[in-house]
Amino acid sequence: MFVPHTPAERRAMLDAIGVPDIAELFADIPASLRLERPLALPRPLSEAELLGELQSLAAQNADLDHHPCFRGAGVYDHLIPAAVPQLASRGEFLTAYTPYQAEASQGELQALFEFQSMMAELTGLEVANSSMYDGATALAEALFLATAATGRPEVLLPRTLHPEYREVVATYLAPRGLSWQEVPFNSRTGGMDLEQLSALLGERTAALVVQNPNFLGCVETEAARMIDLAHQAGALVVMVVDPISLALLAPPGELGADLAVGNGQPLGNPPAFGGPHFGFLAARADLVRRLPGRLVGETVDRHGRRGFVLVLQTREQHIRRERATSNICTNQALQALTAAVYLALLGPAGLAKVASACLHKAHYAASRLASLPGFRLAFPEGVFFQEFVLEVPFDPFSLDDELAAAGIIGPLPLYRRLAGEEWKHRMLVCVTEARTRQEIDRLVALMGRGGSCHGS
Amino acid sequence: MAADPASSPPLLCERGAPGRRAYRLPPLDVPQRPVDQLIPAQARRRMPLRLPELSELEVVRHYTTLAHRNWAVDVGFYPLGSCTMKYNPRVNELVASWPGFSRLHPYQREESVQGALEIMDRLERYLCEIAGMEAATLTPAAGAHGEFLGLLLIRAYHRERGEEACRREVIVPDSAHGTNPASAAMAGYRVVVVPSNPRGGVDLAALKRMVGPATAALMLTNPNTLGLFEEEILDIAETVHQAGGLLYYDGANMNAILGIARPGDMGFDVVHLNLHKTFATPHGGGGPGAGAIAVKQALIPYLPAPRLARDPATGRLRFVDPGPRSVGRVKEFHGHFGVLLRAYAYIRMLGAEGLREVAETAVLNANYCQALLKKAGEYEFPYPRFCKHEFVFSARRQKQASGLHAIDLAKRLLDYGFHPPTVAFPLIVEEALMCEPAETETKETLDAFVRSLLDVAREAREEPETVREAPHTLPVSRLDEVRANRHLVLRWQNPGKREDRRLGEAP
Amino acid sequence: MYPKDLLYTSEHEWVKVEGSKARVGVTDYAQKELGDVVFVDLPSVGDTLAAGQAFAVIESVKSVSDVYSPVSGTVQAVNDRLSDSPELINQSPYGDGWIAEIEIANPSELERLMSAEEYEASLVGEEKEESKEDKTE
Repeated sequence: MFVPHTPAERRAMLDAIGVPDIAELFADIPASLRLERPLALPRPLSEAELLGELQSLAAQNADLDHHPCFRGAGVYDHLIPAAVPQLASRGEFLTAYTPYQAEASQGELQALFEFQSMMAELTGLEVANSSMYDGATALAEALFLATAATGRPEVLLPRTLHPEYREVVATYLAPRGLSWQEVPFNSRTGGMDLEQLSALLGERTAALVVQNPNFLGCVETEAARMIDLAHQAGALVVMVVDPISLALLAPPGELGADLAVGNGQPLGNPPAFGGPHFGFLAARADLVRRLPGRLVGETVDRHGRRGFVLVLQTREQHIRRERATSNICTNQALQALTAAVYLALLGPAGLAKVASACLHKAHYAASRLASLPGFRLAFPEGVFFQEFVLEVPFDPFSLDDELAAAGIIGPLPLYRRLAGEEWKHRMLVCVTEARTRQEIDRLVALMGRGGSCHGS
Repeated sequence: MAADPASSPPLLCERGAPGRRAYRLPPLDVPQRPVDQLIPAQARRRMPLRLPELSELEVVRHYTTLAHRNWAVDVGFYPLGSCTMKYNPRVNELVASWPGFSRLHPYQREESVQGALEIMDRLERYLCEIAGMEAATLTPAAGAHGEFLGLLLIRAYHRERGEEACRREVIVPDSAHGTNPASAAMAGYRVVVVPSNPRGGVDLAALKRMVGPATAALMLTNPNTLGLFEEEILDIAETVHQAGGLLYYDGANMNAILGIARPGDMGFDVVHLNLHKTFATPHGGGGPGAGAIAVKQALIPYLPAPRLARDPATGRLRFVDPGPRSVGRVKEFHGHFGVLLRAYAYIRMLGAEGLREVAETAVLNANYCQALLKKAGEYEFPYPRFCKHEFVFSARRQKQASGLHAIDLAKRLLDYGFHPPTVAFPLIVEEALMCEPAETETKETLDAFVRSLLDVAREAREEPETVREAPHTLPVSRLDEVRANRHLVLRWQNPGKREDRRLGEAP
Repeated sequence: MYPKDLLYTSEHEWVKVEGSKARVGVTDYAQKELGDVVFVDLPSVGDTLAAGQAFAVIESVKSVSDVYSPVSGTVQAVNDRLSDSPELINQSPYGDGWIAEIEIANPSELERLMSAEEYEASLVGEEKEESKEDKTE
């Protein structure tokens, strides 16, 4: 369908090759392997038919444009300036390969260099790579780095880590014989329990992971202390962070962390049903040779003009093969570029305003919801940014049904996502700058009414 | 020592002015409490946040300037071997931008995303049919991620047979993509390299000596990285299986055999498919990709979370727990849906005949270029065979005559308006150039490309300095990679000194 | 080209024996094959090495090469200047580009190393071997 040859051209090409037909070019495939039937696929569609089919499939989805979303848990509905997708989807960026031929790829390379610069700035660390698949695999790879750098076999994960991150880390660590333990949290603040942390840190600990805000939305106000404890035990610290929050919250570098990772989706990328997003990975400068993923560096051309190239490629699989720091090849360059455009448009003041709007709207929602009869904040002494755990007097799943019926993507029921009966009546509420007061008020009203419909 | 900023487009941090704004948020419509009451001081950012401050038009011009300095399939021919740089249909971009797909939260109730789940379910089935396998997962983010997952499945398979401890080795050919050995190492395996034979295939006799009770798997690309079909694939498969090992198919080169032959029929147990190559989702300057995995029956129990299943009662699709034998989870959420959607749209538009035509034309185009180049006699061709979707030739003659390397020829080709083939890979061919035209290029383009390659060969003989110094017509000349690696500059310096830098900007 | 006072390995390391110490580097042939060196991963003082063990890594822009210890022993000193100036390997392979000094544990191992003449002869053989391989293509 996207093949351009006319029958005459095809004939001329076969003649130039010196074969009677195309089948001759496949003659080295053993006869028993040649598929003698067409693939069992539905009949081809014209573009118009395809659009029709996909429109009807899209119509079966409740999208966030028409359904206010109070769900976060790692993916956040932020406002995206119109110029972001317009610029990032230019064909020159969209249809380029990895910039291996630097002279023909200066645009992509400069954009990624700028991305690295801004991610280093946001995280307060010295270097950032040009993207990973997602936050969870970025964390797993950062933990590989930590175990290699320290020569130690175990990592500590907070029990409040995003559960899917924990699952990914567990899957990655197992085949290398590495292990992990969980650090419990304080049931009043929702933050990591410092005493238990001290007890768990030891000579086997390669790294401590601190998620901030953690999966429960709680800000780890004692992060600096945790990092000190981990460093005293000779471990590295990897922080899992939300990039928007870093305009307001202390960045990993300022707190003394060695590495920072996270899902970069909040920076100008749509939720897209979970992907493609991008992972970011930033580190102290002395760890740069152990980093996975591509890095862009500045240099000069033969005339002394500034230019950019991929650097430290000897870390990567195409050169170091089984001794590479990672197997990653294809990454998330387009999503990283999207984030760079977003940051360029928002600037420091814009990003700070986004963070501040999330903070205030979430606190407004929290105070209204917590004042409903029978509702309360699960961590009354906790500090939060844009998400908080709400204890509700009804079955959260029924409440969710009600909210869905009212056209709202409601807070996330936590039961079964987190182990334990204590989560049975708890929901994770997320309020970003994209939610209006009217939407919040409507959520509050509906949740309050939830009681009258569904006695518990 | 530092590069002169005026010599290239300004960096973002060299544009703009303090206080300039590009985007305005809606007014805050909720009551505010003092931030100190909400977040204690020790948890708040103290470091200044030094990001650029620009107007919207400045940002638009910045990225437009950068776009003009970037080669892409939309700009011109991109015959990068092993990368399958085919045309990416525009309609895919349109549908991927629809809110009904792009504005979905991954933790939405399954009832509210049935259209998205339907696409994933159908795509899983299409990929199984195309690869000749029994079940698929769309979770992996990229080909290498699929390799890692595939090896975890293989590990789980051997574990249940009590052989995990002894099956410690993964065999890869010396022509393999670097991701194969890197993935094997990440999955905790020792890598053993099997040599290639003079016809460019796996040396079967050597393989037979290598396999044994320590063999966990053989990883193979077919057609391989030389663009050649493994003629002895059935013997290879039998050899590995008889030794108790499994066969892993690196689907990077699947474009060559779509609808013509299937890895499952060849004996492969696990397959990854690079949806971003074979099924025309744009490569984005390095990503995103999607590296779906398809497996035979015996490996289904080990597939990762989440699994997609249809509720027989309601007919609705939902994510289900993969069960205790699963390897676990390798990625947050459920894969790169935006990429999966494009692959789905592509397969729907092409159908069975269209996909077969893709493979036939990709192979026709590669053989056509190879035939013209061979006839001209300028370059050495290490393997005297028809190729599949790509071919490898050598600049060894140019190296001996003029001391030029494949990379020099590649850089000169840029001056002729073509992206060069992959250079210095596969490792087993000296001064390799690896060329994959893809099926979407016209005969005129292929003819012009071949002429340019021959012109470059002539220049290499007659005026080698022109080639050595290339490129001459691009925004920058040859870049100093040695300097870039010895003196690492990985981020902009002194963004606070933007004022000084802007004075140095070109008008 | 290949100093007479040094001993050589088939992996292109040179050894300068001074009493019980062996100073080790890579040969001029090796540095030319490697191209511009951009990074050297040095061993640590006190590391115990077996003859033939990889103990340092030399990187160019697109290649990585192990350096193997010609003798068994303990690392006594490393050339820290290579951390900031890896180009010394190219500029002065037998002088400022030395890599490490090793306290020799087993002097009899030195007998297995090559003289300058033997090393030079082995290089001719290596080049011939290369062109023979090429012909099989």
